Amino acid sequence: MKKNLLKNPAVQSLIASLLCIFLGLLIGYIVLLFINPAGAWDSIVEVVKNFMHSPRPERQLRSLGTTLVRTAPLLMCALSVLFAYKVGLFNIGVAGQYVAGVCAALYAALAWGWGWLPCMLFALAAGAVLGTLVGLLKAYCNVNEVISGIMLNWITLYTTNMLLSKVKEVASPYTLHLTSNAPQALLPTLGLGRFFSDNQYVTIAVPLAILFAIGVNIVLDRTRFGYELKATGNNRNAAKYCGMAEKRNIILTLVIAGALAGLGGSMLYLTDLEQWSVTATSVPGMGFNGIAATFLGGLNPIGTIFASYFIQHITDGGTNVDLTMYCAQISDLISAIIIYLCGFVLFIKQSMNKRIAKNEELRLQKARLAAEEGGTK
Amino acid sequence: MSVVLLIQYTLIFSSVLLLVALGGCFSEHSGVINLGLEGIMVIGALGGALVMRFLPAGTPGILIVLLTLLAAILFGVLYSCLLAVASINFKADQTIVGTAMNMLGTAGATVLVKAINTALNPDDHSSTIQYITAKKAFIVNIGAFEFNWFMLVAVIMLAFAYITLYKTKFGLRLMACGEHPQAADSVGINVYRMRWSGVLISGMLGGLGGICYILAGVSEWKFENGVAGFGFLALAVMIFGQWKPLRIAGAALLFGLFRALSNVYFGFDWLVSLNLPGTVYNMMPYIISLLVLAFTSKKSRAPKAEGIPYEKGMR
Repeated sequence: MKKNLLKNPAVQSLIASLLCIFLGLLIGYIVLLFINPAGAWDSIVEVVKNFMHSPRPERQLRSLGTTLVRTAPLLMCALSVLFAYKVGLFNIGVAGQYVAGVCAALYAALAWGWGWLPCMLFALAAGAVLGTLVGLLKAYCNVNEVISGIMLNWITLYTTNMLLSKVKEVASPYTLHLTSNAPQALLPTLGLGRFFSDNQYVTIAVPLAILFAIGVNIVLDRTRFGYELKATGNNRNAAKYCGMAEKRNIILTLVIAGALAGLGGSMLYLTDLEQWSVTATSVPGMGFNGIAATFLGGLNPIGTIFASYFIQHITDGGTNVDLTMYCAQISDLISAIIIYLCGFVLFIKQSMNKRIAKNEELRLQKARLAAEEGGTK
Repeated sequence: MSVVLLIQYTLIFSSVLLLVALGGCFSEHSGVINLGLEGIMVIGALGGALVMRFLPAGTPGILIVLLTLLAAILFGVLYSCLLAVASINFKADQTIVGTAMNMLGTAGATVLVKAINTALNPDDHSSTIQYITAKKAFIVNIGAFEFNWFMLVAVIMLAFAYITLYKTKFGLRLMACGEHPQAADSVGINVYRMRWSGVLISGMLGGLGGICYILAGVSEWKFENGVAGFGFLALAVMIFGQWKPLRIAGAALLFGLFRALSNVYFGFDWLVSLNLPGTVYNMMPYIISLLVLAFTSKKSRAPKAEGIPYEKGMR
């Protein structure tokens, strides 16, 4: 019998994700229609177009490059969420771990004059420390990782603002520019900017993030550690019964998740594309968008690469909407709707399977009937 | 003077935490983990703030108070339907849906408020709503102490929660659905309906808590900021209170005190002489809640079936 393509779980995930995107954009469009029907269609098109917004190809390439620069940290955050989710942990602390990475990288670069590699490693360590805290609290004190993660997000935000105030510009709340104050900490570009109309912000961070995605894929699918993590995630008690060190795995997972997010923080801020504002009153959306990318990517590291790009694509596209009618946050709204819809993915897959099973049964029944008829005649 | 101010802020922040934590309590007792409280607070606050902003100037104070409360409740309840549909009927992962609701709340409120502001004045791209005059309706000055009607609302809701949960048929059935839904179903309780009620009540209380929060110390609110993790602080209060209304009230007072300190610490000479940066006081509620959770979560009395979607026919 011909194998049904729809039965393939990867195909099902893809269909479910595309459905989420389509519905997310549709609902976003309806919201725009309610606000002001005149420019709704143009604005939603702008969101989807992003870098194609500019008519000149060189400008397009340049803004594509900038979107990629922001995709790298987003991908790292998404990988962090994904890694923890495989063990059944919801790492909402990713936002704080990302901020810790930003704080460590910028402080080491501006206050101590460290080079880019030590700065990155320091950021990695900072994220890992936060991850460890969540892990220890979860493993030994049974503290819900979502609540401890949120608490640490706020603690990290306030600490970061306090520390980075020491390396900020005198007249503004922003941290000093790396290009003029700490050029040694800028990530090497390896001439990658050439492909994006000399966009100096495109650095090794972009390919590095993709390598990490592949690495996470290998660890999860091809190593004993990855197998143990997934087993613990599927059934904690069964894993424990099989002799897997469940507590150690929980802590180790969150250490790695935190490290990934922390590294992500350094990947954006060591390009000097953005400066940290020490008056920030909320944790940046990067971490939370990472959650969106994880689930949109069907909880697969390779899928996450594309999902991260998509989320960043519409986030940047949001800045192009007609600001006399709408605001850039329409993209955040669409991302949030997409995550909400991702909650239904399991249901979508189940109903797909149910339909396939029903159809197959019908066909079998028909075949049997036909055979019986043939037999009696 | 500063002691009065400290008491005033403690009471108002405790009221916020108490309302929202009771909301979480209802939802979790019915078996649904409500991580979306933060988003529900934002939407409830939005409803209340819009009413305060657009009521005509001469509206009597009592009417302002009632309409604002009503709007916050209505918005909160409607918004909580998102959680109920997804987690009860579609058996979605409650953590994902809750997180999405938090992001959706802030993003949605920002988009809406900005759209309204821009429509009224094309140069205004802020996400701030002002309610300076309307706010006065909520406050009664008793000497130096500013009494806020929300303190009374919180106490009433505490009584309501206690009586509903422990003294009515509905409350006991609700709690049964969070402990052992199959058993509840077997004696003819409609688990789905009970869980829906639990989530909608948490929407009502979360919405009230939201409007109370943005009225606590200020007379305008920037919706881009959300509610600064208060929904999650309330969940910490609920866990510390072991899912029991009276203990939750005690926990809310403790957390409220630490939150209030960041507003008034400079009024106390001995606190100022410690020479700590103000940021430390801002961090205090979050640090305290981490510590408290670390010591109390081990022997937690969480409802047994919370977070597990109920499926008829599954044993």
